[in-house]
Amino acid sequence: MDTLIEFSPVLIKGTLTTILLTLGGSAVALVMAFITGLTRLSRHWYLRVIATIYLEIFRGTSALVQLFWIFFVLPFLGVTLEPMTAGIMAIGLNMGSYGSEVVRGAVLSVDRGQREACVALNYTRFQTMRYVILPQAIPVMLPTFGNQGIELLKLTSVVSLITISDLTFSAQLVRTATGLTLEPFLAILIIYFILSSCIVQLVKLLEKRVARGRGAPVGKGAV
Amino acid sequence: MQWDTEFAISILPRLMEGVVVTIQATLLGSLVAFTLGLLLAIGRMVSRPILSQCLYWGGEFIRRTPLLVQLYFLFYLLPEIGIVLSPLVAGVIGIGLHYSTYTAEVYRAGIENVDRGQWEAARALNYPPTQTWTKVIIPQAVPPMIPALANYLITMFKETPLLSAITVIELMNSAEIVANQTYRYIEPITMVGLFFLAVSIPSVLLSQWLENRFARRD
Repeated sequence: MDTLIEFSPVLIKGTLTTILLTLGGSAVALVMAFITGLTRLSRHWYLRVIATIYLEIFRGTSALVQLFWIFFVLPFLGVTLEPMTAGIMAIGLNMGSYGSEVVRGAVLSVDRGQREACVALNYTRFQTMRYVILPQAIPVMLPTFGNQGIELLKLTSVVSLITISDLTFSAQLVRTATGLTLEPFLAILIIYFILSSCIVQLVKLLEKRVARGRGAPVGKGAV
Repeated sequence: MQWDTEFAISILPRLMEGVVVTIQATLLGSLVAFTLGLLLAIGRMVSRPILSQCLYWGGEFIRRTPLLVQLYFLFYLLPEIGIVLSPLVAGVIGIGLHYSTYTAEVYRAGIENVDRGQWEAARALNYPPTQTWTKVIIPQAVPPMIPALANYLITMFKETPLLSAITVIELMNSAEIVANQTYRYIEPITMVGLFFLAVSIPSVLLSQWLENRFARRD
C-alpha cells in the first residue's frame, strides 16, 4: 500500500492521460459516426461506397492493428504523428465505425410518417434531418452510445503498447520499478471500473433528461 | 519506402505460423466464453439473491475494465501464486473470461425469451431441474442466440492481437518480429490488416445469413 501511495503521482498522471484519450477519442468517434452513418444513407451511391469502405476497414480489422498501422506504417508513407495523436485517431476511427451503425440504425428507426410529413411541409433534406429526424433519433442512440463509451475507455488501454503513458502504462512502470504485480494492476482495474461506472451514470442522466424533455420512450440499456 | 510484393510473399510462411496460433486462441477462447457465459447466466438465475448480486457485480467488474489489463493481471500474477501457465493458456483464459460476461447477457436474454408456459409445462410434467434446462429451455433458447454469439466469436477473433502483449506469438506478434528483424513495417502490418479483413468481411455476410436463418423465427 505504501508503495502505491509513493507512486500515486504516476497513477494520477496515467488516469488523466486515459481520460484525455477517452474524451479525444469520443470526439473523433462521434464525428466519424455521424458523418459515416448519415453518408451511408446518402442519395449518391459513390458517397455510400466510400462510407462503407471506411466502415468495413475499421470494423473488420483489429484496433491494435490499426493503431500499429497508423503509428509504424504511416511514417514510411510520409505522415508522422505524435503518439498521442496517433492514439486518439486510432481509437476514434475504430469506435466511429461501430458508432456509424448506431446512427444509421437510429435514423432508420424513425417512423416513415415523419419523413412524409416533412415532404408535405416542403422541408429541405437538411431541415428534415436537423429538425425532425435527428431529434427523434438521438434518444434512440443514447443507450448504445453509453455501452460504446465503455468500450472506448477500455480500448484506450492498448495505446500503452505504443509507449503512451496512460493508466495501463503507468501500472507497468510501477511493476518494473518495484517488482509488485498485484497492487498496481488491481489499483488500475479499480480506477478503470470507476471511470466506466461514471460513463454509465452519465448516460443514465442524459437518458432521463432526454426522456423528460420530449416524453419519448427511453430505450432499455442494450447489452 | 515502397510496398515490396516479393518481400511480402517471402514473409508469408512466417505469418501463417502466427495465423495458426490466432485461430487456436480464437477457438479455445470462444469455447471458454460460451461455456462460462452459460454457467454465469444460469448461476445468476438459480442462485440466491446475494450470490446472484455477487455474480452480477463480478461480471460488471470484468466487463467495465480493459481486457489488456486483465491479461497482464493473469499473466504476471498467476506465476506468483504458483500457477505457471503458458502465455497462450493465460490468454485463452483471459479472453474467455472477459467475453463470458458478454455471452452471459446473450444467454440471459435468450432464456428470458422462452415462454413462461414452457417452464410451467415442465413443472406440470414433473421434470427435475436438470431435465427442464437440458430438454426444454436450452433447446428453445439457443437457436435465436446463434447470431449474437457468432458476432462475439468475430469480436474475440479481432481481439486476439492483444495477446501479443503477453508474448503469445500470434499473427500480430509474428508480424512485429518480422518488422523488427527486417526494419520493414509496411508489408507485415498491412498484411495482418488484410488478413483480418479477409476473414471478417465474409463473416459479416455469414452473420447476416445467420440472422435471417435463426433470429427472426417466431
